[in-house]
Amino acid sequence: MSEAITREIDRSQMQVSDEVAIEINAMNKWYGTFHVLRDINLTVHRGERIVIAGPSGSGKSTLIRCINRLEEHQSGKIVVDGVELTSDIKNIDKVRSEVGMVFQHFNLFPHLTILENCTLAPIWVRKVPKRQAEETAMHYLTKVKIPDQAHKYPGQLSGGQQQRVAIARSLCMKPRIMLFDEPTSALDPEMIKEVLDTMIELAEEGMTMLCVTHEMGFAQAVANRVIFMDQGQIVEQNNPYDFFNNPQSERTKLFLSQILGH
Amino acid sequence: MSDTHAQTVSFVRETMIEASPPPEKQAGAVKWLRENLFSGPVNTALTLLAILAIWFLINHFWNWVAHSVWNANSLNECRQIIRDTWGEGSTGACWAVIRERWNQYTFGFYPMDLYWRPTMSFGLLFVALAPVLFSESRKIRRIVLAVAAVVTLASMIQLNAPTPWLIFAAIVLIGGLIISERNNSWLLVFSLLYPFLGVWWLWGGSLWGPIMVIVGPVLGYIAWKLLGRISPILASVGMIGVTLFWWLALAGRAARDAENILSLAITPVNSDRFGGFLLSTTIGIAAIAISLPLGIVLALARRSDMFLVKSLAVMFIEFIRGVPLITLLFVASLLLNYFLPPGTNFDIILRVIIMVTIFAAAYMAEVIRGGLAALPKGQYEAADALGLDYWKAQRLIILPQALKISIPGIVSTFIGMFKDTTLVTFVGLYDPLKSMSDAVRASTAWKGIYWEPYIFVGAIFFIICFGMSRYSMYLERRLQRDHR
Repeated sequence: MSEAITREIDRSQMQVSDEVAIEINAMNKWYGTFHVLRDINLTVHRGERIVIAGPSGSGKSTLIRCINRLEEHQSGKIVVDGVELTSDIKNIDKVRSEVGMVFQHFNLFPHLTILENCTLAPIWVRKVPKRQAEETAMHYLTKVKIPDQAHKYPGQLSGGQQQRVAIARSLCMKPRIMLFDEPTSALDPEMIKEVLDTMIELAEEGMTMLCVTHEMGFAQAVANRVIFMDQGQIVEQNNPYDFFNNPQSERTKLFLSQILGH
Repeated sequence: MSDTHAQTVSFVRETMIEASPPPEKQAGAVKWLRENLFSGPVNTALTLLAILAIWFLINHFWNWVAHSVWNANSLNECRQIIRDTWGEGSTGACWAVIRERWNQYTFGFYPMDLYWRPTMSFGLLFVALAPVLFSESRKIRRIVLAVAAVVTLASMIQLNAPTPWLIFAAIVLIGGLIISERNNSWLLVFSLLYPFLGVWWLWGGSLWGPIMVIVGPVLGYIAWKLLGRISPILASVGMIGVTLFWWLALAGRAARDAENILSLAITPVNSDRFGGFLLSTTIGIAAIAISLPLGIVLALARRSDMFLVKSLAVMFIEFIRGVPLITLLFVASLLLNYFLPPGTNFDIILRVIIMVTIFAAAYMAEVIRGGLAALPKGQYEAADALGLDYWKAQRLIILPQALKISIPGIVSTFIGMFKDTTLVTFVGLYDPLKSMSDAVRASTAWKGIYWEPYIFVGAIFFIICFGMSRYSMYLERRLQRDHR
């Protein structure tokens, strides 16, 4: 399970501050009549690295998609970076430009080159001059180790490379929070490591991260909190050591035995 | 356990196999024939049958085509020549009718001394289109513009165009070629002005009319900028209001006054003088150019979350698609007169263009909606997650991909619409296929000639439509991004 994480983690920058980055209060969401998220309360501090785990259909993806309003919640309160998410489109766009998101299926724009994928939002949302946006893009593409692919199209890259571009694309907006929605689930085993390495580097720089993933090795190595969800509610949360070695709820124990015990 | 078994169970490769080229294909005509035409008894029989059918067709028509007459003044003279040359009872094609009446097929009843005007408009159309259609290929632009320049100028000289206009056309054509080599996007200015200039060249009259039409949106834009500081909704309303008010109330008077001060008029040509391919291409090109943006707006409206916008779009599309085009054309020619104030001069060609355009736009909207629906949801989500607003997401992410998917359907709609322009015959306009051929046959000299005009008109339509089809294939190939 933790073979993918092979190197020492540099924890010098990984500090959690008292400042609140995300505040979710008594939040509920329904799909029609189906109660998909039930009474979610969650406070994320700046610099925290949270891994959200749980069986499929437990609402973990829906939860992080509520944080940038890709999904609308029906009751309760979500405050991101001091901005409350309501139907006010201005607030939504403000939050979205501060929160980066990485998807399971990358969702790169296939008609644009890698570089154009990375510069599009800075140019059109942040109004950054083109040349400066390209410099920033090359900086982050170098960081995810694919600067030489900048002028190719997404279809010409491997899955792992595409996911690293997707991370770079989000970083080009200089987000204060990063959301990862199962970033390695669609990848071949050989490519998972390169994406996880990129995510670890990000964590080492002190990025606030919420990550839905089944990579328990990543959770153990990087997370400072693991949240376990089932049936639309938070069942258990703890630091990774206690979460894996001393789970409290029966449901968590069953889940861990299922995914760790093969 | 035998050695063989041990080998199959445990195996370690010591050297990796280098990649090698695939085996030479056994080439040769015989192999191709056997594989493609005579691969079995049934296929052999079908091949022979097909050859027989082709031979029968060629045999039947060959004499008619081979006995073509190009020089004659009437159908009877044609027949006489055929009889004299190939003997009693032989048949032959009489293309002399095309030779004698080509100008009517091309220009309708447009004044003969002004033929150079549509010719120039058509030639300069390529300067307007090249930067749009071939924005990424300087080489193709060079060929298109060079050919257009030579052919247009030669035709204009042939048609006795006045020298100042000849110089003007030369400047635009050669200037266009030079700008296309340097900085293509500057040519788009001409593309934007072309619709207004084209209308002026074709219909004549005062240039102030088109200028005052352009002034409307300019004033609207100023209003939008000024009101934008107060509220975005007020700005949009103000922009539309100011533009419409200018067009409806002030533009006509302003154009007249300006004309009195400084005359910019050329000989006017009435809409009833238009005909033949001049009419078809005028309607076709205008409808193509307007129906695509209109179709995009309708498709987006139909997928909108806003109930009212969505229902209006659905009603419009379903109503227009559910009615035959001819009905709409009758509405344009007859019914509109009842609703317009008496004495209004609402040009018949303009009315027909509006009807053909909204008809094509309804189909276009559905074609584009198909493209929009084919995009994965993730594209919308990624655009949202990056903070792009609705219009930016549509313009930069969604539409470029959706339109690319829809290219075959869009071009199909264009082709269908272009051929449908012949239906204007039903509202008394001289389309090349029916009305023009009837007009030609109305003279005693060409009474009774059917095949040749129809074949000629069909051939021209085929060339234009085939051109559009090839362009769509070129565009699809150019936009292909999914493999290396």
